[in-house]
Amino acid sequence: MTQPIQASLRKSTSKSNSPQRRALRRLLRHRAAVAGGILLIFLILIAIFAPWLAPKRFDEGDLLANYAPPSAKFPMGADFLGRDLLSRLIYGTRISLTVAFLGAFFAFTVGLIYGVVAGYYGGRLDSLMMRIVDVLYAFPSLLFIILLMITFKTGFGGTVVHGWLFQLITNLDSRMGGVFLIIVGISVTSWVGMARLTRGMALSLQKSDFIQSAVALGARDSRIIFRHLVPSLIGPLLVRVTLAIPGFIATEAFLSFIGIGATPPTPSWGIMIAEGFKAMRSHPHLAIYPGIALAMVMLAFNFLGDGLRDALDPHSR
Amino acid sequence: MITFIFRRTLAIIPVLFVISLITFLLMHAVPGSPFATEDKPLPPQIQENLEAYYHLDETLVQQYMRYMGNALRGDLGPSYMQRTRTVNDIIRDHLPPSFVLGLLALLVAIILGIPIGVVSALRQNTWIDYFAMLLAIAGVSVPAMTLGPLLIWGIALELHLLPVARWGTWQQAILPALTLGLGHAAVIARLTRASMLQVIHEDYIRTAHSKGLSEARVVIKHALRNALIPVVTVLGPLFAALVTGSMVVEQIFAIPGLGRYFIDSVSSRDYPVIMGTTLLFSVMLVVSNLAVDLSYTLIDPRIRLDQAK
Repeated sequence: MTQPIQASLRKSTSKSNSPQRRALRRLLRHRAAVAGGILLIFLILIAIFAPWLAPKRFDEGDLLANYAPPSAKFPMGADFLGRDLLSRLIYGTRISLTVAFLGAFFAFTVGLIYGVVAGYYGGRLDSLMMRIVDVLYAFPSLLFIILLMITFKTGFGGTVVHGWLFQLITNLDSRMGGVFLIIVGISVTSWVGMARLTRGMALSLQKSDFIQSAVALGARDSRIIFRHLVPSLIGPLLVRVTLAIPGFIATEAFLSFIGIGATPPTPSWGIMIAEGFKAMRSHPHLAIYPGIALAMVMLAFNFLGDGLRDALDPHSR
Repeated sequence: MITFIFRRTLAIIPVLFVISLITFLLMHAVPGSPFATEDKPLPPQIQENLEAYYHLDETLVQQYMRYMGNALRGDLGPSYMQRTRTVNDIIRDHLPPSFVLGLLALLVAIILGIPIGVVSALRQNTWIDYFAMLLAIAGVSVPAMTLGPLLIWGIALELHLLPVARWGTWQQAILPALTLGLGHAAVIARLTRASMLQVIHEDYIRTAHSKGLSEARVVIKHALRNALIPVVTVLGPLFAALVTGSMVVEQIFAIPGLGRYFIDSVSSRDYPVIMGTTLLFSVMLVVSNLAVDLSYTLIDPRIRLDQAK
């Protein structure tokens, strides 16, 4: 008699009422978040299937068709070199999403590890680690990224670069169309905020009953960290990192726009806006379409992050 | 309190030191010479003379000490590209438009953001609230390089209501100020709403209501005053965003400000100008963050100074 009841109890707690399930339900009820999620999936699919979706190559122009108006041949028109705007927009999703996910990945992992180490072990190590973070936090990160770009991207007029590290970095960067260094810059700066947040939460979680009881039961450090601490940290961190992604995307577009980010002919939307803007009076769509694409990606992440916050971190509202 | 201000002010010195050091080292790590290119080499004698003139033949430490010594006395050195102007001249000429633009954008952000946030909170969960917050999320997601061309196209090119670009008249200031300010208005609106919602449910608001005060008086004198405290905290980061945002906006609207000049000096590799402007921006950022920290503790006495982070 008791067996089935227990079984059904276990079933109900594990299937329909676990915290994950509840969070998922809250997320799915959030209409904006669902819209953001769908938009994001749509954009990811575009990025993956870009070679099949794009009618033309992104880097091949037809000089006779420069500034061609939208037509059957060029669905959204052609840019100043006669390159198909639609194809470049489609390939551009790859740039933005790469920056978004890699930037988020590094910010998340480095911030989590650094914050947990500082928060959990505490003491002198903690104050040293946090002193470093405080200095970095006060550092204007975008200015730092700009300086990094200038140093690595603009040698003086074709000077031969020496030093194996310098060469390795510039090689990798030119292979990735200039995006590698942007991701490095974003990763180097964005983990700092995450580390601060993680450390603060780790500190307060340590005083919580469930961790205190784990300590009392004689759990090893590794068990406390990986079974108790980290799982409680992931939710709020995920929210924070999702809401930081639009900033990463905007940073890439900004750097490319001012000419020290992605290198032409990479179809970065920032470059496309800068190039299209030169013909703003006669062909405004060349600057406006990539701008709308950029806003759409940022909107998707903002909607999703907002929904995640309501679902995973209900106290923060 | 005074020791707290003193401690915080002292704490920005190592930060500024690290910033100047990193800026200096990165600028000097750039390979090659600023005066010659690979395909147009200078005669060695001229190269040497130029380097001696700009003290580039000294050791890094000597150069850094010289630069910082001059910088602390307010002299940011010569420009490599414009031989007749110093970095100080350039900053003096180009900072005012940027400053005015930033101020106008800040006004746009506050004048639009706070009322929208308040109304949204007072009409929580009505269609007004939903619409305003949808607009706010959209506002946060539209960067200046999207909004600028859209405004130019719609308002200047199609409707001919305002000039397309350049700087000087008040009509020319409207579109750039909107481009730079609207996103921040959205941030402020969301924050004001959230903080207003917390405040309205406090006991002292109910007391104010039951005293028979008018709705407007309760909202403005009792609720808004307290709700604005968290809003002050975003003013620091907002200032940072205004500085960098102005680079894009000045470029788009052809405004002769410092942000635009910074971009130009990046593409012409005018290192003293890059370094000088970076230092100036950093000092302004760090100081504004400090000011926000301090004002935060002044406005809200509940924040214990030793805990304030």
